[in-house]
Amino acid sequence: METFFAEFIRWLPKVGLSHFLIVSAILFALGIYGISTRRNAIMVLMGVELVLNAANINFVAFSRYGGVNFDGQVAAIFVIILAAAEAAVALAIVLNIYQRFQTVNVDEISTMKE
Amino acid sequence: MSQELLMYLSVAILLLPLIGFVKVIFFGKRLPRQGDWLETLAISVALLLSLLVLYQKLTLYHAETLSLNFTWIDFHDVPGIGPLKIILGFSIDNLAAIMLVVVTLISTLVHFFSIGYMQGDVRYSRYFAFLGIFSFSMLMIVLANNLFLLYVGWELVGLSSYLLIGHWYEKKSASDAGMKAFITNRIGDVGFFVGIMILFGTFHTFGLTEIFEQVKAGNLPFGSEWWLTAAGVLIFCGAIGKSAQFPLHVWLPDAMEGPTPVSALIHAATMVAAGVYLVARTFPLMTADALMVITYIGATTAFISATIAVAQNDIKKVLAYSTISQLGYMVMGLGVGAYSAGFFHLVTHAMFKAGLFLGSGSVIHAMHHALHHQHDHHTDPQDIRNMGGLKAKMPVTFWTFLIFTLAISGVPLTSGFLSKDSILAGTLAFGNLTGHILIPIVGFFVAGLTAFYMFRIVILTFLGEHKSPERFSLIHESPKVMTVPLMILAALSFFFFYSMNPLDGAEGWISQATQRPETVVPASVAAASTEVFEEAHHHAHYTAMFLSLAVAGLGILIAFATYHWKKISADKVAENFSGLHKFLLNKWYFDELYGVIAIGASLRLTEILKWFDNTIIDGIVNGSGWITKVTSAISGWFDNWVIDGAVNAVAYISGFFGIALKKTQTGKVQTYVALAVFGVMVFYFAMRLL
Repeated sequence: METFFAEFIRWLPKVGLSHFLIVSAILFALGIYGISTRRNAIMVLMGVELVLNAANINFVAFSRYGGVNFDGQVAAIFVIILAAAEAAVALAIVLNIYQRFQTVNVDEISTMKE
Repeated sequence: MSQELLMYLSVAILLLPLIGFVKVIFFGKRLPRQGDWLETLAISVALLLSLLVLYQKLTLYHAETLSLNFTWIDFHDVPGIGPLKIILGFSIDNLAAIMLVVVTLISTLVHFFSIGYMQGDVRYSRYFAFLGIFSFSMLMIVLANNLFLLYVGWELVGLSSYLLIGHWYEKKSASDAGMKAFITNRIGDVGFFVGIMILFGTFHTFGLTEIFEQVKAGNLPFGSEWWLTAAGVLIFCGAIGKSAQFPLHVWLPDAMEGPTPVSALIHAATMVAAGVYLVARTFPLMTADALMVITYIGATTAFISATIAVAQNDIKKVLAYSTISQLGYMVMGLGVGAYSAGFFHLVTHAMFKAGLFLGSGSVIHAMHHALHHQHDHHTDPQDIRNMGGLKAKMPVTFWTFLIFTLAISGVPLTSGFLSKDSILAGTLAFGNLTGHILIPIVGFFVAGLTAFYMFRIVILTFLGEHKSPERFSLIHESPKVMTVPLMILAALSFFFFYSMNPLDGAEGWISQATQRPETVVPASVAAASTEVFEEAHHHAHYTAMFLSLAVAGLGILIAFATYHWKKISADKVAENFSGLHKFLLNKWYFDELYGVIAIGASLRLTEILKWFDNTIIDGIVNGSGWITKVTSAISGWFDNWVIDGAVNAVAYISGFFGIALKKTQTGKVQTYVALAVFGVMVFYFAMRLL
């Protein structure tokens, strides 16, 4: 166990910006995939959350490796707050949609078309 | 009392009736007694102030003219004229001070008389309000020291005269008479206006004193004496209209449709005298030629109306023609140069003629009530043939009426004797000086006629037997509020108010106070100078007196012989001279003549104008309408096919692309997201590749 930690600590400095960006890109892709394939509106919202968090990771990563101040971290916190608000509003909309159409299937909610 | 205070008092006299008018016309119905007391109080206070002003003027400032001026409009620099200021104002000379008292006195008496006469009238408060506006405008004429304010007052008295003649406008004849008076006056006023404009155009001022000074300094209107004469005659045109002189006298007899106190105030004593007052005001401006015109107009008027009065049977019509005749006298008096005599006659005539009208009002009032009691609506209460014997029933009215009649006939010891005698002496002097012998002949003839027709109505109204005993028993003397004014006016018809010498009016205070002003026109066109004329006037005095006594006595004698003693049959005379009688009865056919000339001509003119309107004007209007219609058809076609075509084409193309692109809009959010991601990728790779 001790050797694992020692190895890990030695490995840590090797983790660079690109690792974070890769994780972020994977999260983003998963989010987009979720948004565009899920039929359930709740699931779509969860995809949106993933996309937002991918952006958060980017913010923090660029701030840690490139910036001289904490702008990125602040922006990330801001996005988290924003995501919370967005979730609250979006869930309220989904509730209303459910009351109106008796479903949350986004494919069926297309009355705006024509 | 200082001059300023005297002027302020005069302005107060002017404004009192106006305040009464405003109050009564708006709130009259809500005031107790419909506000008659308010008007009467206002004019009574004005009378007291006028007496004060007259007394102060004659004792303190006998020879001066007091004035109060204010700048109305300051035009500063007017191109072509220079600095121009319109200064208006009021002034008091002896003439104005005496007129103030005459106007307010008659007006006050008439107000009191009206309280009795108009009792129970439908428009009682409005009647009093109109009396107020009349008094105001008449006082404005009296006080104005410039032609502008004079003209304003002039038009306002015309308006109030119109309103009061048409007081009973439900009667067609009354409303017609109002319009006739107004329109006839307007004809004269146009002349007056042009006269004012001639003077203003030259002198750039309305002030009479300034105009006199300019003329005296040798500045003539447009540099010609001819224009001065024209200005004089045109100003006199205003007097022709307002003072009912020939040929515009036709409105006054019809004006008798108004209430009788109104006839007394406006159409006998004051407003119709305004023309005479105007001539007296502008007297220095009159050239010999203008005065000649004035003299002949006056003489013609006096003659025509006196002859008409002989044949009339309506008591008020007789009085109306007698008024016209007496106004002709005054105008003739001024024309011949007997300035103070003419004005003196204005004052005395105002008293006794107002009295005559109020007396006739009292008679009509009594007749009307008697007829009303009998439910007789066919008998005319104003026709003297239906009267007779009223002396026993209406003693006060009779005796006062008799005094007025004596005064107008020129019987000694009356005021009328003094003034008429003075005018007749003036005409004699004029005849001697200029050789126009017709003027004194007309003067004396009319004096005889006046005595005749006035005694004719006295005899037919008050003496003899009444035609219907039943009606006679119903006639009563009028109430005190009507008889007291009569008594006051009767007292004022005696000589001692005007002159201590019962045979010579020229020694009286009025004549002394209103000496003829020196003329300002160039000597070459001036009438006989004051000295020459006064000499001749004095010379003619006794001749005139005896002659006038003779003709008046003759007139009275013939009247009694015809209508009282029945020595001469009036009917037979009328039969023998049936043509003349008909001619006089129909008032010389003036109304018919004007009906043909003035009204016929204007009808013909309107026919022509109608044709012009129908053919030319309507043609132009219809033509332009047709052109508009054609143009609009063309532009409508263009609009429908070209403009709408372009618009529709744009819409169609948009619609086409809309339908084509509609297919991409699935309405599914996920499609859009997928497309967006795809789009971003396309951009990304495109950037990489480029």
